[in-house]
Amino acid sequence: MTAINPSGSSLNHHILSVLVQNRPGVLARVASLFARRGYNIFSLAVAPAEDEGMSRITVVVDVDSAPLEQIVKQLFKLIDVVKISELDPRRSVERELLLATVRARAEQRSQIVELATIFEAKILAVGVDALTISLEGHPDKLDDFEELLDDCGIVELQRTGRVALPKLDRGAHLRAANTPNSPRGDKKGKVG
Amino acid sequence: MTRMTGAQALIKALEMEKVDTIFGLPGGCILPAYDPLLESSIRHVLVRHEQGAGHMAEGYAHVTGRPGVAMVTSGPAATNLVTPLMDAYMDSIPMVGITGQVGTNAIGTDAFQECDTVGITRSCTKHNELVMSAEDVPMAVRQAFHIATTGRPGPTLIDLPKDVLQNEMTWYWPSDDEVIASLPGYRPNTKGHPRMIKEAAKLIMQAERPLLYVGGGMLKARAAEVLRELVELTGIHVVTTLMARGVFPDSHPLNLGMPGMHGNAYTTTAMQQSDLLIALGARFDDRITGRVDSFAPDAKIIHVDIDPAEQGKVRKPDVPIVGDCRLVTEEIVKAIRHLRDGGAVQPELGPWKSRISGWREQFPTTYEQSEPGKALKPQYCLEQLRDAAPEGTILTSGVGQHQMWSSLHWQFEEPYTWVNSGGLGTMGFSIPAAIGAKMGRPDRTVWAVDGDGCFQMTAQELVTATVERIPIKVALLNNSYLGMVRQWQEMFYDERYSEVYLSTDCPDYVKWAESMGCVGIRVESPEEVGPAIEKANSINDRTVVVEFRTDSDEKVFPMVPAGMSNDDLLVHPSQCAIRDRLA
Repeated sequence: MTAINPSGSSLNHHILSVLVQNRPGVLARVASLFARRGYNIFSLAVAPAEDEGMSRITVVVDVDSAPLEQIVKQLFKLIDVVKISELDPRRSVERELLLATVRARAEQRSQIVELATIFEAKILAVGVDALTISLEGHPDKLDDFEELLDDCGIVELQRTGRVALPKLDRGAHLRAANTPNSPRGDKKGKVG
Repeated sequence: MTRMTGAQALIKALEMEKVDTIFGLPGGCILPAYDPLLESSIRHVLVRHEQGAGHMAEGYAHVTGRPGVAMVTSGPAATNLVTPLMDAYMDSIPMVGITGQVGTNAIGTDAFQECDTVGITRSCTKHNELVMSAEDVPMAVRQAFHIATTGRPGPTLIDLPKDVLQNEMTWYWPSDDEVIASLPGYRPNTKGHPRMIKEAAKLIMQAERPLLYVGGGMLKARAAEVLRELVELTGIHVVTTLMARGVFPDSHPLNLGMPGMHGNAYTTTAMQQSDLLIALGARFDDRITGRVDSFAPDAKIIHVDIDPAEQGKVRKPDVPIVGDCRLVTEEIVKAIRHLRDGGAVQPELGPWKSRISGWREQFPTTYEQSEPGKALKPQYCLEQLRDAAPEGTILTSGVGQHQMWSSLHWQFEEPYTWVNSGGLGTMGFSIPAAIGAKMGRPDRTVWAVDGDGCFQMTAQELVTATVERIPIKVALLNNSYLGMVRQWQEMFYDERYSEVYLSTDCPDYVKWAESMGCVGIRVESPEEVGPAIEKANSINDRTVVVEFRTDSDEKVFPMVPAGMSNDDLLVHPSQCAIRDRLA
């Protein structure tokens, strides 16, 4: 995914934090809505949320494909979707995890280890001519790291997709998706 | 503590939801549910194809406002239900589908008649649910009915594995509060935003060329009465879309009828020229707007809809109001009254109204009568049918030319007397929808207008009508072609007719009707039309099929060719000479 658009992700992409009831098929509902309406998902991460029975889906959407407002409203029509917040990258913390196996013959190894040290990445496994590295951090940092690793020769790569929460400073400002009926743009319940 | 099976709980839950009719067809996995049905007060209508069950449920819902219920088995039965579910989703029809499923331990094994019903129907239902335990049956039923009938209505589906129906459970009936608490993500917003309502009233009081653009949402919201109040208060003309026909009487001088691709020329033009469109429960469908970027270019938009996703989906409204159409319209009426009490006056609408009546006089929706000895004009048949129809007749329609002619030439005086497939355009809708409508309103005459293409898709349900003693009347406009396709091939493909000819006399519709226990009448000349209709209207204990052999050359006019601007609409050939006056 970063290969498609390694640098400009923050421009065209918006982060939606979607709280859903954790029921069978909920991810399929969200995914098939995106497919059916022709919206592009850039990345997606799902896991149980703080409340029992709820999951949080962090989805990065490609806004070129449709107006964000329409995506949010259609998503909100899903019965299992409880709350949607659009996270402003300037007002949220974002993290992602990257795992990569890179080619590392003896003569290359120190160069890669040095790179890993600079990025504070971890070496998870060492093979005869390869290393498996993990890096956790802001997705932009991961993009940079991936680009540099690419020069060494990436054998396999897996990223988790970003997860995000609102920043706590400045009052944990959550910019919820706009509804036409609430000029201030805050949305408490679910409409539909 | 009453113990019962999941199947018994299902039937009991349906009774609790005040279901009086189920349209369905049993099969392997749904079998357990059919057993307690024998002791139930619910009337089951045994269909001949599951698609018929779905459309019947839709027809029933259309005319009663209550959710229609279709119950079928797993696999192919569930997939046969997909078309009606999608149809109901597009037209916002409250409907509950109940499907059997293979036992929970067989799910995912490609068992006999297994299919991923919830997966397949996910994008054609408002919500669906695979019920995994008998204990969950009552709640699943309550949720399905709650979701289908509130907010923007739509179809829901409950998928019931065979063992869930067979297993025992302890009966309970969830309270309203429990149902709502179980759906934290579902809180339809019915009350419009007060500031937006004020804003809407202000715009209405300022507009010089306003129009009410009324869609099917006003029927769903049971808002006919308050619409009339708004019209009479403001003197603004009403446009009723294909889905809204009947919400406002056609006899009212301010009703301009249907706009759009095959709408009246004066109606579509009035929308184009308007400076304020008050869209009530309408969704700016492509069949209404034509090319969107040239649709009503000078109009400000007030958009009232209960579905927030409709706001700005096609056209950005100046005043978006999310809420129930009836409640919001009531509030708008109040707000206008308030402004008037404060001394506000509407601009003089006279010049606008006289422009509209000018268009209306010069460009009536018209056709040419057939010459002696030539084939019948379908419009003539429909007009004769209209004039002879008993009061309160419900008209259903399939999809195509006959549907457009029905909407254009019928006179709708009452809400819930017009049942058709608007959004999905499902051929074959008419007959099963008519049967469902007749079940919902047995006191009414139900005429199903159909084309020969449509008729052949679902005619077998006339067997259902006969055997179940649900007498309807079918006006079959047989022009031997897939008429609307033929019209497009004639007009846009240089008369290169490709795969549109059906046949004039094969099947023999009269014999076919008779073989299904109906009275069959064939009409070939204008003199026969009146007597045949009279005969059909006099037979009320059997279904009657009147086959009108009509002119296959006849086209629907006006027409806005696909992808064109509404400004470029094609008038009836007889009006071409004065076309430039339509502006």
